[in-house]
Amino acid sequence: MSSNGSNGHDKSMVFIQLTGGNDALNTVIPYTDGQYFDNRPTVGFDREKVLPLDDKLSLNPAMAPIKRLYDQGKVAIINGIGYPTPNRSHFRSMDIWHTAEPTKVVNEGWLGKTVRELDPRGENVLTAVNFGRGLPRALSANGVPVASVGDLATYGLYPDIKDDQIRQQTLAMFSQMYGGSGRDAVKEFIHQTGQGVLKGADILGTAPQKYSSSVEYADNPLAKSLKDAAQVMFADIGTRIYYTGQGSYDHHSGEVPLHTGLIGDMSTAVSDFMDDLEEHGYDKDTVIVIFSEFGRRIKDNGSGTDHGSGGVAFVIGGSVNGGLYGDQPSLKSDDQLEGDMHFSNDFRGTYTELLEDWMGVDAPSIVNGNFEKLNFTGK
Amino acid sequence: MTTTTAKDTSQFAHLLRRAGFGATPEELEHYTSLSYEEAVDELLRAENPQNLPDDLIKRYHVDMHELRFANSAAAYWLYRMVTTKAPMQEKIALFWHGIFATGYAKTNQARVLLNQIDMFRNYGLGRFDDLLLELAKDPSMIIWLDNQDNHNGAINENWGRELLELFTLGIGNYSEDDVKEASRAFTGWTLGNAEYMAMRASKDSIWPYGRISWHFDFRNNDHDHGEKTFLGESGDLNGDDIIRIICQQPATARYISRHLYDYFVADEEPVPQWPYSPPRDPEAIDILAQAYMDGDHNIGHMINVLFNSDFFKKAQFTRIKGPAELVAGTMRLSGGITKPLLEIVPDSSLPSYMGQTLLNPPSVEGWHEGTEWINSGSLIERVNFAAKEISDISKPGVRAIIDILASTDGGQLTPEVIVDMCLEIMGTGNVDRETRDSLVGMMAEKGSISLAGHQQGDDSEERVGELLGLIASTTEYQIN
Repeated sequence: MSSNGSNGHDKSMVFIQLTGGNDALNTVIPYTDGQYFDNRPTVGFDREKVLPLDDKLSLNPAMAPIKRLYDQGKVAIINGIGYPTPNRSHFRSMDIWHTAEPTKVVNEGWLGKTVRELDPRGENVLTAVNFGRGLPRALSANGVPVASVGDLATYGLYPDIKDDQIRQQTLAMFSQMYGGSGRDAVKEFIHQTGQGVLKGADILGTAPQKYSSSVEYADNPLAKSLKDAAQVMFADIGTRIYYTGQGSYDHHSGEVPLHTGLIGDMSTAVSDFMDDLEEHGYDKDTVIVIFSEFGRRIKDNGSGTDHGSGGVAFVIGGSVNGGLYGDQPSLKSDDQLEGDMHFSNDFRGTYTELLEDWMGVDAPSIVNGNFEKLNFTGK
Repeated sequence: MTTTTAKDTSQFAHLLRRAGFGATPEELEHYTSLSYEEAVDELLRAENPQNLPDDLIKRYHVDMHELRFANSAAAYWLYRMVTTKAPMQEKIALFWHGIFATGYAKTNQARVLLNQIDMFRNYGLGRFDDLLLELAKDPSMIIWLDNQDNHNGAINENWGRELLELFTLGIGNYSEDDVKEASRAFTGWTLGNAEYMAMRASKDSIWPYGRISWHFDFRNNDHDHGEKTFLGESGDLNGDDIIRIICQQPATARYISRHLYDYFVADEEPVPQWPYSPPRDPEAIDILAQAYMDGDHNIGHMINVLFNSDFFKKAQFTRIKGPAELVAGTMRLSGGITKPLLEIVPDSSLPSYMGQTLLNPPSVEGWHEGTEWINSGSLIERVNFAAKEISDISKPGVRAIIDILASTDGGQLTPEVIVDMCLEIMGTGNVDRETRDSLVGMMAEKGSISLAGHQQGDDSEERVGELLGLIASTTEYQIN
């Protein structure tokens, strides 16, 4: 992969979770397969409107910005991604993607474990930054600090105090109250965490000031999160993992307009972000990983589609070996799994490749086993 | 054991932080009018929650009619925690929810989870045997631990194992054979129409019929009636025999005692460490285990002994508040909920942002508590929420605090007096000298405060709000 060059920064990964179960079959559309049209009388796309990738597969018409990146060779599309014995529950299936453990319920997330490998002593509280509130299970691991940024512009303590003078006074008081020493171990721990909060907020607070760009991001929530991520990335504060999400993709009804809107927003947001990375010289050191907890039922329900299996993921970046990966699952009724697409490759193979070939971290203990890589890194 | 003679308000406040979600000044006044023992008794016996009535809630919240979704159900529970007059019911339900941790991730419907919570309210302070029997028949637990797949001749050990490992005896007090034999004894303990319901749960397909209620079903023809040997007892043992045998074990008494100590007295190490490290206070565990045996396995009796013990009374400020405790406690104090509010649904996500998604614990191990509640992300959420909530001088509970301050010394309060009064009201009498001095210094900087003739929103009131917000930000407010 080094043959493709690098911008000289540490390698980083940006995750975009499409929450709610993105309909893989209306994202990458087998536009020459009659069975697609037979199964999707209501939510199927006209073959004249789709964006062909080859003579079999095409992208949703709303994904022109991703198609542009694909044509530049920067997009790896991983078809048929999933895991054995698929679970169609949103929460459980997302848990499985987050913990890389399909057979039992476990606590630690795979990216939390990755942060532990990257920064064993927890020296940088910003090694991983989540853009959104709360902590996704993927980033959760005992003793691993992760910042969750709802809104970078107001990140930190007391965003609700509108009067800036009072807010500054309150922050000074917080700093004073959390600054002392000589307490018991528990209080000392909380004090240190509080000081870490102030430090993290101070560092993150500088990111928007340092940032300037000619890229104008689209006006949608994911674009805003990615713009926040770009600001943190260009501030060079040691962040290696960025995480955000978009949704809900749970289109049981009214799928065509709703799904088109979301996937279109996602595409423009990602394309704006890539433009920003290129402008600032980070595009070759960054991969964007887009995934969902499952795909949806092959046959539509007259308005939308129900939960299925066999999904699609995207890995995008200036160093990615663009193209189609994973076998596109067959739609023949004999090949279906209870009305769903069978998975053709285990998502933990993609994780393994990202960890070992991109981040340089041993994968088996993080993804709970050995899995075949697809080779989308490395040109 | 000692008897409280002189009134020690801090002791009552301590009790109410553990048996409930802290105390408003009004509640504290009521409980301190009783003897300490009477206060314990009242908290343990309170049966009429007088919480916000369902018909009123459902008039505002269409989503809470069906309780289909986890966030609606968590919001519904938050109403209970914030408005109940029987806080121990909610506290014991939260306690068991953390141990018998069952989650939406697998049930895919919230109503069965709330039914389980209600079962904890009803049985959580009774005989442990009865509670376990209800748990074994609880539909959400059956799906959660796959007992619908536990068949005569083809056992699934998930429930059998966790029952022994996580719910009762603890690692090291049973053999692998005991797990198998217990699993055999629970074959046939399933749901009505189990295969279909389990398929529906795993597919999470709500179309087109919506969620269907679940109930327990014992299938005699799928139950293994063969001879079994469990912890030394042999016979054609059924599930209720297993529970009876488990409940007689000293190991069970000690394991439950340690959980009660961990939750109601002082943070222990994380549960997975328990087999390898001794309890924080071995003598306390002896006392509680003895209370279990003496009291016919009655949990309420154990907690009565616990709350009246010296080790409890000495254990002020030794537990990190869990997210639900912090959120519900602060909302009770601010008095923000007197009628249904649509904000309750986003508010019920707050514990989730702080690491505790109610009705969806991360795994069957529940949450790792104590210092694991605190990290940079959760601390920001805790401080930002609590400071905003309690500095809002329009909220009735905050107005009540201002009225108390205004009626003290004619509302002419020195910085020392106002800081000390607010610290006591906020249940943070444990702040160290430096923090108190910082707060006093801040109040002094802007001159003395006069609440005589105060008007809503005037400068003096705003300053009280700022002070309350800062107290909610302290290290000490994170601790019960």
